[in-house]
Amino acid sequence: MIHCYQFEGLNIVLDCYSGSIHMVDEVAYDMIQWYENELADKVVQKAVEKHGISVEEASECLADIADLKTAGKLYAPDKYEHLAKDFRKKNIKIKALCLHVAHTCNLNCSYCFASQGKYHGERAIMSYEVGKKAIDFLIENSGFHKNLDIDFFGGEPLMNWDVVKQLVAYGREQEKIHNKNIRFTLTTNGVLLDDEVTEFCNKEMHNVVLSLDGRKEVNDRFRVDYAGHGSYDKIVPNFQKFVEKRGNLSYYMRGTFTHFNTDFVNDIKQMLDLGFTELSMEPVVTDPSSPSAITKEDLPVVFEQYEELARLMVQRHKEGRPFTFYHYMLDLTCGPCIYKRIAGCGSGTEYLAVTPWGDLYPCHQFVGDDAYKMGSIYEGVKNLELQDKFASCNAYSRPECKDCWAKLYCSGGCAANSYHASGDINGIYEMGCDIFRKRIECAIAVKLLTSGLEQPGEKK
Amino acid sequence: MTRIVTVETRDLEKSAKEGGCGECQTSCQSACKTSCGVANQPCEQLNK
Repeated sequence: MIHCYQFEGLNIVLDCYSGSIHMVDEVAYDMIQWYENELADKVVQKAVEKHGISVEEASECLADIADLKTAGKLYAPDKYEHLAKDFRKKNIKIKALCLHVAHTCNLNCSYCFASQGKYHGERAIMSYEVGKKAIDFLIENSGFHKNLDIDFFGGEPLMNWDVVKQLVAYGREQEKIHNKNIRFTLTTNGVLLDDEVTEFCNKEMHNVVLSLDGRKEVNDRFRVDYAGHGSYDKIVPNFQKFVEKRGNLSYYMRGTFTHFNTDFVNDIKQMLDLGFTELSMEPVVTDPSSPSAITKEDLPVVFEQYEELARLMVQRHKEGRPFTFYHYMLDLTCGPCIYKRIAGCGSGTEYLAVTPWGDLYPCHQFVGDDAYKMGSIYEGVKNLELQDKFASCNAYSRPECKDCWAKLYCSGGCAANSYHASGDINGIYEMGCDIFRKRIECAIAVKLLTSGLEQPGEKK
Repeated sequence: MTRIVTVETRDLEKSAKEGGCGECQTSCQSACKTSCGVANQPCEQLNK
């Protein structure tokens, strides 16, 4: 299966099952598409007629295309379905926990997927004992995994900061005993982000995710405190101080865009103007009936914005002032193997969320939905039928993914999005698919335009 | 005339033999928390 598209003068051909990427001229762009379904002679003849080239030139191009097919880099067949059937069911070990250290928050963002941090339940703070037990549970069930991920999430984790620090200390002690390597991540709204937190994060947190929506009027539309005051003026200085001290360590300014700011590149620009260069921006996760929900009518603007963002990245790269956009990060040579490409995020199997009470859920997006409770850190995973369902949920489990060229980039998408959109984790969230395809096209184009690679001989 | 430039990418078929160690970072942990895509996760083995 191939996918062909054009962006900023590039003609790009993606070969789904080999993972190959080709930059081609207009002649090859047409011939590759024709040759997928037509015979060689016909393809040569059409190329001569359309592009005014000689039979020799067209035949030479066709020979190159045929060589790539023989080498398995074009029209490669799907050879992975058997992997998808087997992989997840074998040997499920846990390697990542999302610890909900606080089911409460000091902001009152109306679009919050977690109902202002409470996940449709009672407010609660995770005790050190529960957190310690969760770390024990992770290590006991991690099997062969050496690298383990623990994410401090909420609600707002800094409202339970002392416990976070204690759990990091416990994790550090236990990783030595059990020969593990724990990577801690913290997500925060920044309200309580001070020098002490910063210093600790720089010592212990592999990554820190900072929530800011961009322009002040955009951020303060939804990210307000309980008195209804916007958080921008409070959190931006905190974030700026943090990032200055963070240095080369990993962080992301993570924004959410909604129906009210589909022109989100302006929010990206605001983040850049504030001095932040490691950026992430996501469409809001909310009920489709909410006024902030992205609509189908918004999509043309959203798509144009992703293209605009790509142009901005290329421009800034040329100026020597590059920035990172999370979803445009791609490692073409050392990226994930086919198993990861098929399996996805690991929710419900190797990645679980833990509530303040120690209950286990497939991920943070399912917390509060009783039907998706998987067990607890005390009893372990009890709902094996649900675990099996998640184990079988991947790039090959959704009928709609069968003919999608992007499936080995998205791994079948987010199970939570699918569930909320269709009622089944093996359904799809169609708008999410449309957005993802546009995003990955732009990501690849940015990679090609900033890589310094030689371009094909002739191009528009 | 070079009409086709093939970019160096990880061979997915080959990775079926060498891959599957499970040491890469869980994708949603990194930043997005919602619409995760694994394509932006580097391989721990190849990046050693």
